[in-house]
Amino acid sequence: MTRRIISLLLENESGALSRVAGLFSARGYNIESLTVAPTEDASLSRMTIVTRGSAEVLEQIIKQLNKLVDVVKVTDLSEGPHIERELAMVKLRAVGESREEYKRLTDIFRGHIVDVTDTTYTVELTGTGEKIDAFIDAAGEKGILEVVRTGACGISRSERSLTV
Amino acid sequence: MKLSGAQIVVQFLKDQGVDYVFGYPGGAVLHIYDALFGQEDIKHVLVRHEQGAVHAADGYARSTGKCGVALVTSGPGATNAVTGIATAYMDSIPMVVITGQVATAYIGSDAFQEVDAVGITRPCVKHNFLVKNLKDLPGTLRKAFHIATTGRPGPVVVDIPKDITDPTIKIDYTYPTDVSMRSYNPVVKGHWGQIKKALELILDAKRPMLYTGGGVVLSNSSAELTEFTRALGYPITQTLMGLGTYPATDKQFVGMLGMHGTYEANMAMHECDVLIAIGARFDDRVTGKLSSFCPAAKIVHIDIDPSSISKNVRVDIPIVGDVREVLREMLQMLKAESRRPDAGALQLWWQQIAEWRGRNCLAFDRKSQLIKPQAVIETLYKVTRGEAFVTSDVGQHQMWAAQYYKFDQPRRWINSGGLGTMGFGLPAAIGVQLANPDATVACVTGEGSIQMCIQELSTAMQYRTPVKIINLNNRYLGMVRQWQEFFYEGRYSMSYVDALPDFVKLAEAYGHVGMRVEKPADLEAAMTEAFALKDRVVFVDIITDQTENVYPMIAAGKGHHEMHLAPERELA
Repeated sequence: MTRRIISLLLENESGALSRVAGLFSARGYNIESLTVAPTEDASLSRMTIVTRGSAEVLEQIIKQLNKLVDVVKVTDLSEGPHIERELAMVKLRAVGESREEYKRLTDIFRGHIVDVTDTTYTVELTGTGEKIDAFIDAAGEKGILEVVRTGACGISRSERSLTV
Repeated sequence: MKLSGAQIVVQFLKDQGVDYVFGYPGGAVLHIYDALFGQEDIKHVLVRHEQGAVHAADGYARSTGKCGVALVTSGPGATNAVTGIATAYMDSIPMVVITGQVATAYIGSDAFQEVDAVGITRPCVKHNFLVKNLKDLPGTLRKAFHIATTGRPGPVVVDIPKDITDPTIKIDYTYPTDVSMRSYNPVVKGHWGQIKKALELILDAKRPMLYTGGGVVLSNSSAELTEFTRALGYPITQTLMGLGTYPATDKQFVGMLGMHGTYEANMAMHECDVLIAIGARFDDRVTGKLSSFCPAAKIVHIDIDPSSISKNVRVDIPIVGDVREVLREMLQMLKAESRRPDAGALQLWWQQIAEWRGRNCLAFDRKSQLIKPQAVIETLYKVTRGEAFVTSDVGQHQMWAAQYYKFDQPRRWINSGGLGTMGFGLPAAIGVQLANPDATVACVTGEGSIQMCIQELSTAMQYRTPVKIINLNNRYLGMVRQWQEFFYEGRYSMSYVDALPDFVKLAEAYGHVGMRVEKPADLEAAMTEAFALKDRVVFVDIITDQTENVYPMIAAGKGHHEMHLAPERELA
């Protein structure tokens, strides 16, 4: 079971997202995360899916995605060098000593405090999924009020591009 | 030409060359039905249930290779069509299903007869569309036919809200001849290098085996397959979906393979050293236990759908492309090639196969006082001189028809292989008969299956489609009973069908001819009489041996070499 990050371009049509999501549920493939938004070309959406599976399952996932009529292009970013980012917002209970502690922790993880109240901080954090996991671990279960994550999006390094 | 949406639907179908539409009217498609009224280019066949419409369109498509077309209303019209759509999807049948939808302003409001047809059908279509603007209608219909009929074919649903077909709103219409989609470009030509590599492996074989499926039917490559197989002199087996693309009466044909395949076909699969899979998808009913599938074989696989390749079984040389294109290329290469198959090895291989054939796995008791279902199919074959279109339902009768009717031509054997839909046979036969008005059409069925779409007897009357219904009546859901006998210690839970109708009277009530046959001695005469009634539907209700089982059989999850033959044919 290896982790893969798959990137695809699909027609920006209503229902296109559910075709992809439906494919994963109908065929029993895992989705760890899925993000989607339009690209610079308004007729196309770009989707990033993080999944896990054996080599055979991953080969099938790519083939099945390619088979969907709304899917224009598919690439497995994990096949080459790539950059992966996820954004998280974490609301922390920040009172007493922990107020200073969370401020330091946020700096260490190069996050930003984007909202402050007498009792809370909301921290914005960008990075790989691992980095966000590490921040959440470090913040500790007791201090966390709420976590929201976007799921990963990714892009390949260098000239290699996913375009039509 | 200024046309309303409803008129565009009808004009488009004419321009697309559609001659038959199978359907059922209702609120959301009334504008379209009004546009159909009074024109004669498109013949509309009114079924009795939307499932029947889709199966009839399916039978039309399977027997002709053309795209089937069905037209149903929103809500229950669409949901009733789903079984038919899924049936076509599993067997890759080209079909366009137009479903009515509530007006766009009502979508999402739980309006009367509203259902999310695009959502419900999504997992069982090749693609589907919801038409949101009138101006998109011609292009969408064009795309639907293009997608349905190219690449690996399949059903496409076009959901049209009622306001789109409003007769008062008209736009300019021209038939869109060009269709291009950046996201849909099926590969047709196979990779030359892969074909070359495959041919080398094929010529190296000592114990070769051809395993071919429905893809050969769909790509119309029966002639190429036959030439290729004969040029090589190799044994060939076919899946349930592939029957007829290589003549079953030829000596190189070793019968169907799989769960109810012949002993020789399955043993040859198990022992072969090179497997040449063509337009087949390694279905579980064919492969049996995957870990003991063709253990000694290198595998070549030709298929137009890349996702079929290495899906269930890892293959050594994949070739993605249209079966006909690839076979033509391979035949050319073979002609240019000086090497020929290893005659010595092949002779030994055929000797081995002859030995397996000697087990005579399809023999049955011909002296029985009861009518044996196998004998019914043999008689059917004899009476129709092997030339009939045979549709079937699902169960024991389907397997016997596949085993005992020797199909020498493609598109003659019409059954729901993938989905296994009971109720398919009769409406499909109606579609086949309309597409082939002069042909003999038989529907092999059972008393369980036939009752799942029995209402279409009425359609058969209205359109005078003289199909012959061969009902293997054993008063059991036979395949269920067989599994209960083998795997549930004879606990026949809900498989006995009590309170059956009198099928003779039932047929007569619909205006047809009904016949009952109870003795083996009467079988041939009755069947001859039935088929002599050229212009009538004849329901031949045949009372068969209740305890007969389909053999050979590979239990689910077992390998090809672990077949069971009929008890009297098992070696002591």
